[in-house]
Amino acid sequence: MASKLTRANRTGWLMAFPGVALMTLFIIVPFFLAFAFSLTNQRLASPNAAEYVGFENYSDLLGVAVFTLEPERDDSGAVVRDGDGEIEYPRLRNFTRNNPDYPNLAGKREWFSWQSGENRVVVLASDVVFMKALVNTFTFVLFVAPIQAGLALCLALLINQKLYGINIFRTIYFMPVVVSIVVVSLLWRFIYSPGDGLLNNVLGWLTFGAFEGIDWLGRTDTALPSIMAMSIWQGVGFQMVIWLAGLQNISPTLYEAGEIEGASKWQTFRYITWPGLRNTAVLILIVITMQAFALFAQIDVMTQGGPLDSTQVLVFQAVERGYGKQDISGGSTISVILFVIVLSISLVQRYLTREK
Amino acid sequence: MKHLRNATALAVIACAGTAQAQTELSLWYHGAGSANAEEALVNQVVDEFNASQSDWTVVLETFPQLAYNDAVGAAALAGELPDILDVDGPVMPNWAWAEYMQPLGIDEAKLDGFLPGAIGRWNGEVYSVGLWDAAVAMMARKSVLEENGIRIPTLEEPWTREEFDGALQTLKDTGNFEYPLDLGMAWTGEWYPYAFSPFLQSFGGDIVDRDGYQTAEGALNGDAAIEFGEWWQGLFENDMAPGTSQDAADRETGFVEGKYALSWNGNWAALPVVEKFGDDALFLPAPDFGNGPVIGGASWQFGVSATSEHPDGARQFIEFAIQPKYLSAFSDGTGLIPSTADAATDTKNYNEGGALEVFYELSENQAKLRPVTPGYIVQAKVFEKALADIANGADVVDTLDAAVDEINEDIENNQGYGHN
Repeated sequence: MASKLTRANRTGWLMAFPGVALMTLFIIVPFFLAFAFSLTNQRLASPNAAEYVGFENYSDLLGVAVFTLEPERDDSGAVVRDGDGEIEYPRLRNFTRNNPDYPNLAGKREWFSWQSGENRVVVLASDVVFMKALVNTFTFVLFVAPIQAGLALCLALLINQKLYGINIFRTIYFMPVVVSIVVVSLLWRFIYSPGDGLLNNVLGWLTFGAFEGIDWLGRTDTALPSIMAMSIWQGVGFQMVIWLAGLQNISPTLYEAGEIEGASKWQTFRYITWPGLRNTAVLILIVITMQAFALFAQIDVMTQGGPLDSTQVLVFQAVERGYGKQDISGGSTISVILFVIVLSISLVQRYLTREK
Repeated sequence: MKHLRNATALAVIACAGTAQAQTELSLWYHGAGSANAEEALVNQVVDEFNASQSDWTVVLETFPQLAYNDAVGAAALAGELPDILDVDGPVMPNWAWAEYMQPLGIDEAKLDGFLPGAIGRWNGEVYSVGLWDAAVAMMARKSVLEENGIRIPTLEEPWTREEFDGALQTLKDTGNFEYPLDLGMAWTGEWYPYAFSPFLQSFGGDIVDRDGYQTAEGALNGDAAIEFGEWWQGLFENDMAPGTSQDAADRETGFVEGKYALSWNGNWAALPVVEKFGDDALFLPAPDFGNGPVIGGASWQFGVSATSEHPDGARQFIEFAIQPKYLSAFSDGTGLIPSTADAATDTKNYNEGGALEVFYELSENQAKLRPVTPGYIVQAKVFEKALADIANGADVVDTLDAAVDEINEDIENNQGYGHN
């Protein structure tokens, strides 16, 4: 079998060679290197030789602990409250720093907490920044993937008409995709600028001055949504073109048949267009998900992960650690974790959208 | 000197063989596409050096500043470093430790009278030397301060913390400014540790414990540091200064346009202020928060790469470049502070009565080097993030603790960074 595969397809292999070689060199080899580095303490530049450290990098990133803080009590055993009536708790640093009684908490930091009666239950993580990056990345994907795909489909339906000058609209919608993401990010930084930024000005004008300027990228609650909105706008044109290709693959005879049978617009979409787009939809879902997980340039240019880690994402952290902080092993570990996440999600998507 | 003579002898022998046996020395420089005359000046130094002797030909290659450190790192991994490098002062210990650079081996008598910030030392040896230094000052307007009854501080008697905080409140109460103080929060990156760690040092803390550079515990999360952190957070909580989302354009022109009353900025930004306000412009020393006024020192410097086969030629070039006439020429061309007082007297801006003379004194009297350790490049990033987070309202103590943990872990992962 093997010899037949190589001999019968010699031309095929020859033609595939440049692509396969480049992919091996720049994708497959680096991946195995990343996995190898993640098990060592490899640095970017160091006179010290790298040592094998096992899964220490993984436990440094993924370590989590739960701890119940009991309120401060005075001598009579009553709960101490501050001026506003809030219960006072001892500082976490008393337990997490230099406290031999709690070795499992050493070096961990508060990730989030909730109230449980008089006690406060705190979830601590070894690497809070990584945890926040993980959550932010998932949030980004969960919002961007469906909204971008849906919007792209709407645009594709709009421009899939035989109108005079429709190519102008196609060009306009596709333009942001062609412009470098770094340039787009810089421009959107001006749009989101606090004070007299474009967006604040427009909103102020629309509301006759009632709108108070928002520091879009400087607030923890608006920074990530702002980046989502900008990313959706930037990438939607590309998805639109894929949808459009799918739409134009649907045979016009089906539409004619539908028209003769008196199908409404909705029925045409539901029973002709949508089933015809099935394979396109699977492709788009997987492509968008993978692209969204790779979010980097926008963060790097617009927020650097701030304010207060509200826009930290995995790829930015991998680069920041690997190059910025010269910790190649830490950056590699994040890359491997990201790879596992994206691979599992893609497999699940394949399974859910399989031909039944 | 002995090396030099041997090398010259060798070179002479080599020359005897062929008519033009000049040895090529490669030089990498970070200033490609710089806005001022910097690039042209480096070219001029190289040309004049090549014309001045017949042993060496220096070949210059320039890089954009943002890509420069990456290029050096990549070249080091590939074993293709140039003979002569330029290096940012605080990064130099890292490059020396990572074996990108070798000791300069320069006769230290030649560095007499140089500003401390212009000489790069690591483990007791000189690795790099700079043609200039930079300094930061509190830019202000005499008329504004006098109008509001604020004392104009001097080098001998800088503002105390109470005076400085009071001045900010007074300026804020006038309502004439968007913010009383512009710290330059829009300039992410090295600006944070360069411009703001001196405040921390003046409070009595530091980025890392300089006694051995093995821990940040106590330095970055001790009482002094916590006090600094709370003061720092207060600046933003009380709307004294624009925060991390400051518009970059406002940073460039806000002070000149009158949006801010005070601006914490470097000497490179001073000339437009002088042009706009003339005699009204003031460049004030850093406030004294209890442990003396401090500003950051050290800028870009020249050194010899570890893999250079001709360190004697490289050294000869660097000795040629630090002649007073080039120090003055660079200062005139770029607005930076010349490394020696002698050179300063020959410059347009730093001579007696020159518009920027005060910066030379600031650099001489207040400048403190950033932590001299290979770990600095990581510590700078950790410090930057901690300051941005505190400015955005994060808990001061927890943030500083986390920064200490990260710095200590990094020092440990690097086996103490080879301090001896």
